[in-house]
Amino acid sequence: MRRKQRELSEFFYTALHSRGPQTGCSVEQPKPPSSTDTETPVSSTRIEPDLHPSLLTLFRIFILAGGLSFGGGAVAYLREYLVREEGWLDDEGFLGAMEISETLPGLNAVNMAIIMGDNLRGLAGAAVSVIGMLLPGTIVVMVLGILYQSNHSNPDVRRFLLGIAAAAVGLLSAVTLQIGRRQFRQLPDIAIIFVTFLAVSFVKLPLFVVLLGLGPISVWLYRPTVSKPRAQDEHLPFHRGERHHLFRH
Amino acid sequence: MTRLIHLFLVFALLSVMAVGGGTAVLPEMQHMTVHTFHWLTDAQFRNIYSLGQVAPGPNMLMVLVIGYQLAGWAGMAVVGIGFFLPDCVITLFVNRWWVHLGGWPWRTSIQRGLAPVAVGLMTSGTFALARLSILNVQTLAIAIAVFGILLWRHINPGVLVLLGGAVCILWR
Repeated sequence: MRRKQRELSEFFYTALHSRGPQTGCSVEQPKPPSSTDTETPVSSTRIEPDLHPSLLTLFRIFILAGGLSFGGGAVAYLREYLVREEGWLDDEGFLGAMEISETLPGLNAVNMAIIMGDNLRGLAGAAVSVIGMLLPGTIVVMVLGILYQSNHSNPDVRRFLLGIAAAAVGLLSAVTLQIGRRQFRQLPDIAIIFVTFLAVSFVKLPLFVVLLGLGPISVWLYRPTVSKPRAQDEHLPFHRGERHHLFRH
Repeated sequence: MTRLIHLFLVFALLSVMAVGGGTAVLPEMQHMTVHTFHWLTDAQFRNIYSLGQVAPGPNMLMVLVIGYQLAGWAGMAVVGIGFFLPDCVITLFVNRWWVHLGGWPWRTSIQRGLAPVAVGLMTSGTFALARLSILNVQTLAIAIAVFGILLWRHINPGVLVLLGGAVCILWR
């Protein structure tokens, strides 16, 4: 399936480059999209700050990211295109965007669209990017929603949707395990995860109580120490290092 | 009109509490739409969630269908604005402000401290969906199979989700 996605991205890559004005002159020739290595020379390339993709190009990229990411993976697509192929962002910039979008509330893909659009083209870029990211899914989900309204009593439709929800349980379990792989290995984190889970799922406290109660406690546990500065990479949450294919929203 | 206002407020509130993404607010969303406001039944909530899994892009776009089901196109618009706009505004401001926090030691503490809370909330979201959808041996088997396959291989999750639906129709 990754190969399939890569072929798709290769297709759109050529499609995007054969028509439309060339915007954003990369310092290097854009890398051919067939490279599979995780280390890219992009991060070592000096990116000039005035590389501006046009708003239309940005819109197209985010429409593709939002429209091709069935079962997630929009963020991986963005990295492939914006960092590896065009070099509009370097790896450091991309990881910085991940840090912000994962710490802030909201869907990860949406936060990423806002940050990247804003960094590349300001407010207009952010607006264009987030609309592009959400547009294909909005159209499809509304068509499905209208179809569902007229077919919701069909037993096969109900069974199909039930099976999808059950499969989604497996998917969410794998995603949660993957995103929290560092947290699930450390005792204080495991305790916080467990208490949060109990508070929401069994004590059934309102979410704002959990966030306002446990959030500050957890942040306090990791308060800055004056004498012994923490080793940065080791203590950062899930932002660093090899990212998993499952990563989504 | 009252319903539109309620819809907007509920989803705007969920939006700003979504630390850890859409899955993190799933239990609260289910609680509010099913138990507090009685807008949907558990089964309807589950089915609409499944529609989001089939559509491309963020799965949480399914909130638009909730809005549409309850108040037509106006409901869809109100829910869409409520659920997406506050986060977009927050992210935009924090993004411009974040670089200035580079040397602030608490920045790392906040990131580090919120991460396990977010993972705990995602666990609760997964658990809430499991309570709604693991109803018999078939659904349990589908969930375990998808989980196992995803840990084992790089397979597009969208394909597995559709297969799960197909298996559930055929295996009675």
